[in-house]
Parts: sequence; structure tokens; C-alpha cells
Amino acid sequence: MRTRPRTGLQIDGFTLGEQLHKGGFATIWEVTHPLHRTPMVMKVPTILDGYDGPTIVGFEVEQMIMPRLSGPHVPRVIGTGDFAVMPYIVTERIPGESLLRRFRSPPHSLPEVMDLSARMASAVHELHRQHVIHLDLKPDNFLERPDGTLVLIDYGLSRHDQLPDLLAEEFTIPMGTFPYIAPEQLLHQRDDLRSDIFALGAMIYELATGRMPFGQPEKLKAVRKRLWRDPEPPRALRPEIPPALQEIILRALEVDPARRYQSAAQLLFDLQHPDQVKLTSRARKLTRDGWRRVFRRWRQMRGLRQFAAPPPTTGAQIDHAPIIMVAVDLSPEMEALAGRLRRSAARMLVIEPDARLACVNVIKTARIGIDQTVDEFGTNLHVARLVALKAWAQGLDLDDGRLTFAVLEGPDPGTAILDYARTAQADHILMGARGHSTTRRYLGSVSSQVVAEATCNVTVIRVPPAAAEAAEPAAEHASRAG
Amino acid sequence: MRIRNVPAKEAGPTDPDGAGKREGKMMRLAVLTDIHANRDALAAVLADVAQRGVDRIAVLGDIVGYGPDPEWCLDRVMVLAGQGALVVKGNHDHAIARPDVAMNPSARTVIDWTRPRLSAAQAAWLAALPLSLMLDDLLLVHASANDPADWIYVSSEHKALPSFRVSDARVILCGHVHVPALISCDLSGQVRAQRIPMGQPVPLIRSRRWLGVVGSVGQPRDGVPQAGWALLDTARNELTYLRVPYDVGAVAARMRAAGLPEGLARRLEQGE
Repeated sequence: MRTRPRTGLQIDGFTLGEQLHKGGFATIWEVTHPLHRTPMVMKVPTILDGYDGPTIVGFEVEQMIMPRLSGPHVPRVIGTGDFAVMPYIVTERIPGESLLRRFRSPPHSLPEVMDLSARMASAVHELHRQHVIHLDLKPDNFLERPDGTLVLIDYGLSRHDQLPDLLAEEFTIPMGTFPYIAPEQLLHQRDDLRSDIFALGAMIYELATGRMPFGQPEKLKAVRKRLWRDPEPPRALRPEIPPALQEIILRALEVDPARRYQSAAQLLFDLQHPDQVKLTSRARKLTRDGWRRVFRRWRQMRGLRQFAAPPPTTGAQIDHAPIIMVAVDLSPEMEALAGRLRRSAARMLVIEPDARLACVNVIKTARIGIDQTVDEFGTNLHVARLVALKAWAQGLDLDDGRLTFAVLEGPDPGTAILDYARTAQADHILMGARGHSTTRRYLGSVSSQVVAEATCNVTVIRVPPAAAEAAEPAAEHASRAG
Repeated sequence: MRIRNVPAKEAGPTDPDGAGKREGKMMRLAVLTDIHANRDALAAVLADVAQRGVDRIAVLGDIVGYGPDPEWCLDRVMVLAGQGALVVKGNHDHAIARPDVAMNPSARTVIDWTRPRLSAAQAAWLAALPLSLMLDDLLLVHASANDPADWIYVSSEHKALPSFRVSDARVILCGHVHVPALISCDLSGQVRAQRIPMGQPVPLIRSRRWLGVVGSVGQPRDGVPQAGWALLDTARNELTYLRVPYDVGAVAARMRAAGLPEGLARRLEQGE
């Protein structure tokens, strides 16, 4: 019979210390290894006697996916063992606990809700960028590093779009955690990153209200209710929740994935810019839908086999809904350039209809000392720029508040643009470059700095030297790998 | 070759010169199959193999048949074998010496056209090829591993089951089908076809046994008219299915010029 884990057991150079956690499907042990100084833990699946399919396949999936992941939001894998002796995965030990305790101790202040939600969305987007849909997001599966970075664990139900999906046809029962599982997962769809958006929505709902949006159903039949029954609006439970936050939560919790946020980055963007969230009937509702609407939805959903399939890969799904940042220069002599920039943005929206456009303008401030204009006219200047930016965007039609505006300030416009792009997880920066005149050289260097330092795609628009507005704009494409 | 649990730390060459020990420490194996006398496809694959860098090459049979360049392809594989490549016999190779083997009419036509073009040495070399080769826990064979001389197509989960039964190899690689496939057998004996992420390494996790049907170099039948091959990395324990474009039109034109059956030229162009 195979080896069981116990304190003192030695395997492949690892020595097991004390047991840290005992869950339904696995035990977690502290381990040491003479070649590894870093604190580590070993996860050992608890295999029931006989053939324990789900646990074994879940463990196989983790063994396939986890070594492929990298970055601060995933635990680093140090070693794995197969079923011949004892199956295990050794990872770095994250010094911190899961979000479970935080979730179980409401109420949370609204700034805390926004901050934690944004950090969760950020971690999930990073996972999606690495081709993985988690499919079992819940407070227990987020660990928090001392610096506040969230780490996602437990990939037993996950799907990597570049690896075989061992779970695809294995089990007939939908897998996931009932309070957070997305409607399409109940229909056996495992290829949609928007399932993670739904789970995030359920978690943000819980953080904000102290209640789970769909309770804690125990039977699958009760879980399926979320296909037609809407949750209590968060503001009905906690009136001080701002309409924007309710809009964000209920949009993430839309039954049809097509009506949710199309990427975690887009959800993150709204959490970072609640003042720019376009409010719809979702933000206004204070009661659950009436029985007529619910009945109508029940009739629709009852026979539903599948929701419309998303693009085939996680990467394609993210590409399908990019965040495009447009840095607009509003000075009067740059009107021709601003016009070209708008037309380029409009063309991008034709290609990527689910894109969201973040329009920014930078107010250059003095590097040293106090800006003279800031105190007296600062606010006015800011508002004036915002008005001008909105005027620039006239004709760019985007519904659902997918067009946002920001006026940034900083002594160094290039750095301000780069910082904003990084925080907003922008996929693409679109900006203009001034001509080659030497007097403008210092401004031209803004675009070259952005091209050189950005981690996303950058497209630079120029007015041709002849300055003939009739000619096709010359676009200079520069891409840098992320 | 070692496939048993090689920790990442030990994966690199152990001798500082990096020379020798090739036999015991094979890391990257290029697996080619069903070349079918397609010179351009073989050349394209070998260029890709050279670019990616491998330690050894394996050819899973059917070097000849269907295509217009049997002499060149056979010469090339014989040179590779002289340099240490592993080669097993396919049914078309077998039919050179055994005209009585059952074949479809167009395959028969081309084998009869091929036979007189080969030298006695080439024919004898083909006839002497083994039906399968075992390296540690890796089995190389042209068709199904159960009774390789029956040339059974491993074209479904069901057809893969006997291979897992007769062999205790952890990884079985075969060809013959001309459509790439990856099939796993889990701890409970459940056999499942897995999706192949083309061009991406698949970890052959050790809790399962694996059967890889490698796509054809010289006559793909999965709708993609590109040469197929696979890269097995035994240190990383990963299998990657790859495709390489080549000038299909030129080969089809040579087939027509040589008077080979029109259906085979069209099949090459369409990859079906």
C-alpha cells in the first residue's frame, strides 16, 4: 500500500514537519530540504481506499498546471511526487493566511471592500494572462502575502488552455464551490474566464454585504436557481453601498457571461475608478425582480443547454476585451494629431468591439517647488482639461460606460502615462508623437519613453511631415512583449 | 535513457565536458513517422529538428510508399541510423520485401513503382528493421503495440486499449494513423483521448501511462497539409506535437510527373 504522510517521513530529500492543515481532499505539511532554504509546504492528496477518481484527477491537474505558473500571485513549485510512493506537491510557504477569516468577520468598511476586491481581480487577471481559468475561486483559495499581494492556490478544478483538460469529460456532476460557482459551470462549460468573474462578483457581494448572494445551497437543484433568481440587491442590505459598487457587483454576477465584465482587468478598472462607472438599472434596483420576470427567466433557462461559447483560448478572450489607453495631447497646435488619434481609436473599436477605452490627458507640473497655478487655478485647469478630453472623444460611441476619462498630473508625462497603464492593466497604449521640429523634441521623447518602457503594446500616431490632412495617417507600431 | 523521476537539479549533463554518456542520458528525442517518400517534407522537418536541437532521432516506420522520392528519403534515414537514430519498420517498408501483404490499390501501385527503384542494400536494410524498440519505459512501434505485424490503426480510445494491456511501457509512441492523437490510461485503467495543444509541451504526468500517435511527416490526414513530428523531452517529461510547412505543390507536381495515382497527389495537397 502506498505511503501515508506523517511527521518525520522522508521522501525525495524532503522531511515532513508538523501538519498545518487538514482539508477534505488533502493535508498540508511543513517540510524542509537540505538544498532549499526557503520555507516550504507539502500538499498531499487524501486518497480514499480503492479508486478515488475526483481527488486523483484533481491532483493530476494541479501537477500539470502549477509548474507552468509564475509570478507573485501563484505559489512557486519546488517538487512533485507521483502515485508510485506518495503523491505530493511542494511549494513555497506563503507567510500569511487565507481570506476566509476576513470574509467571516464582517462588516468591512467600503474602502476595504474596494481595495481587497481590486487586489483579488488583479491576481485573477494575472492568472488568466497565464492561460489558466481557476474555476474554484473562493476566500479559502486566496492567500495574502505580508505586502498585501494575493496568492491563488488550489488548481484542482482549473483549466489551462494549452494543456489537455483531464477533467473535461471525467465527471458528470458540475464541480466547484456552490456559493460561488458560475451558471455556465452548472452547464458543464469549463472554457470561459468569465466564470471567474462571476465568482469574484459573488465574493465582492459577500465582502460588501456580509452575506453570500445565493446563500449556501447544499443540493445541486438549489444551486441551479441562480440561473433565473437574482440575488437581493446589495444596497437593500447595506444602504451606504454606493450605486457604483452595486453596479459593479451585479454586472459581475450577470447570469449570461456575455453581459458580465469580459475580463478581470475590466472589472479591476471599474473598482479603481468607481466615479467613472456608468450607472444602469443595476445600480438603481433596491428589490429583487418580481415573480413575472423571474418566471420568464425560469422558462428561458430551464431548457438552456449552453451559453454562447467564448473565443477558444483564454488569451483570445483577453485580447477580445482589451483595455486601450489613449493619451491625448490637447494643445491647440496639436489638433491635427488629436484628430488622427481619434480616428485610430475608432478603428480599433471596430476591430475589438468589447474593448474599453481609457482616455487620458497629462497636466505637466513643475518638478521642484509648488506649482503657482495649482492652488489658485489648479482645480479649474483640471476640469477644463476633462471637458476638452470629453469633447475630443465626441463621436466615439461606446455603451456600458466603456469610455472613461482621466486627467493625470506629474512633472514627467511619460512616467505618468506608464504608471496609469500599469495600474489599469492596459493592453495597448495609443498616443501621438509630435513632429520632428527641434523645439518639440522634449515632447517627442514622451512617446519614445513610453515605447521603451511600457510592458504592453504601444502604437504611436504621427502627422506626416507634409502635414497633409488628406493623406492616410502614418502609424508606427511598436510592440514589446509583456 | 532515464525517464524515472529526474529532479530538475540533476537534469543537466553530469560530465563537465558534456560529451559522451549519450546513451544513458538521452534528453530530447525527435520522433518522425510516416515519411512516405516525401523529400521536401522530410527536409523541412529535419531542418526544424536541427534548429530546435535534439539528442536523438527516432523514425517510426513507413519511410517509403505513396511519395515520389523513396531513394532520397531512404538514404537520408539510413545516414541518420548510422548516426544513432532509432528506426522501426512500417507496413509499407515491409511490403517492399513482401509483395503478398494486403494493401489498398493506390498504396500497392506506388509500392510496386518503388520496389525496382531501391538498391538491394536499401531493400535488405528495410527488411532487417525491427517491429518495435523499447528504451527503458518508452516503446516505439509503427502501429498498435499489440501484435505490431498486424498493422492495426490506433485511431480511437478503444483501439488504444490493447496497446496499454500488452505493454508495460509508461510511454508508447506510434504512427501509422497519420492523424496526431494523445491518449492516456489512468490509475484505474480508464483510457481517454486528450486534446493536443499543437506546438505546446504536454507534461506526461507519471500517474498515467501515455500513448502518442505522432502525425505523419509526408502525408498528413488531419486536414493540415503540413509535415508533422513530435519532440519527446525525457528530462522535462514533456511531449510536444509540431507542424512544419513545406512546398506541398512541388511534391504533388513531382507525383503527377512520375505518374503516381492522382488521388494521392490531391490527398497531399488537402492533407486529408
